[in-house]
Amino acid sequence: MAVKSKTPYTLQRRKVVQRILEDRGDAAVVTGIGNAVHDVASANDDPKNMYLAGIMGGAAMVAFGVALAQPKRRILVITGDGELLAGIGSLATIGVEQPKNLSIIVIDNQAYGATGNQHTHTGRGVDLVGIAAASGFKKTALITTEAELEAELPRIHNQPGPYFAVVKVVSKTSPRINAPKDGTYVSRRFRAAVTGESA
Amino acid sequence: MATKKKTDWSKDVFKVLKKADVQQIAYVPDAGHTSLIKMAIADNAIKPVSLTSEQEGVAVLAGAWLGGEAGALLMQSSGVGNVINMLGMANECRFPLLMLVTMRGEWGEFNPWQVPMGQATESVLEASGVIVHRVDEPSEIAETVEAAAKLAFEGGRMVAVLIGQRVVGFKDWTK
Repeated sequence: MAVKSKTPYTLQRRKVVQRILEDRGDAAVVTGIGNAVHDVASANDDPKNMYLAGIMGGAAMVAFGVALAQPKRRILVITGDGELLAGIGSLATIGVEQPKNLSIIVIDNQAYGATGNQHTHTGRGVDLVGIAAASGFKKTALITTEAELEAELPRIHNQPGPYFAVVKVVSKTSPRINAPKDGTYVSRRFRAAVTGESA
Repeated sequence: MATKKKTDWSKDVFKVLKKADVQQIAYVPDAGHTSLIKMAIADNAIKPVSLTSEQEGVAVLAGAWLGGEAGALLMQSSGVGNVINMLGMANECRFPLLMLVTMRGEWGEFNPWQVPMGQATESVLEASGVIVHRVDEPSEIAETVEAAAKLAFEGGRMVAVLIGQRVVGFKDWTK
């Protein structure tokens, strides 16, 4: 079933992601599939972006692996609600492991935006913030306005983690961005930028 | 079955993993991996990651490599069914991936539910682009893992070592 009723949310996903990444400093970013790739690429095609353009449910754990290997660097996950739901057990694993340098940001449009805007569970009562909090994330937030986003930015980038936020956004598709698609290219560019070694 | 023998191959395999500079060991427990998991937890230079599902392991080790570290995934053959989709990512990105899989559903299996996945494990991995090394002789496990680690980390490939149920032993629920 496609989403018919309008959600009460007004934040635009692309503007939200661009605002978050303005303050990224030397953080590495791992994206989920679909719109998250285009949102992140629209801010800046930084070599420290890993676009996971074709996998459901892996972004949080890929980022956690980077966080373990790069404990001094902030690692941000920018993903969608559908992608996170596909790997929901990751929240339990990350909650147990307590990486201080990991922040997960879910851009939540309550829909599978890339496949026809069908409902995800988040518009039907499933509370991802609650799941993250109950899994042991150190700080969690639900962001629905620009003011809340501004207030949360320092914590997204600096709060000892694991940190988790859901940003509720309007369910509307934004234009595609020409992010590099080739996995071997993006991953080797990322590794070289993050480790300082040639891959 | 000889318990001592089982411990011995685990020790040798652990040495091989250390020599290959493995720093992250992700696992979903299996009885056959008990000793290796204990050694991983006891070693301060290793970051052990216990998983809710094997697919998380393929993802976390992708991250390990992206961040400049090497890792290994320990699981039972029943877990191989859970990693297939995530292997598509490792394949597309040509991430090195070392998996040590203890087999069920074959030699002397008593639980019929283990048989379908156990029998499909090797062909399913190969269909997903994973290079499979199977080992049924305890004395050959460490050298097989050493070769697999080299192929994974230096050859840049997905490699699975299948450790036969004949080596791991029958599951005895009375113990």
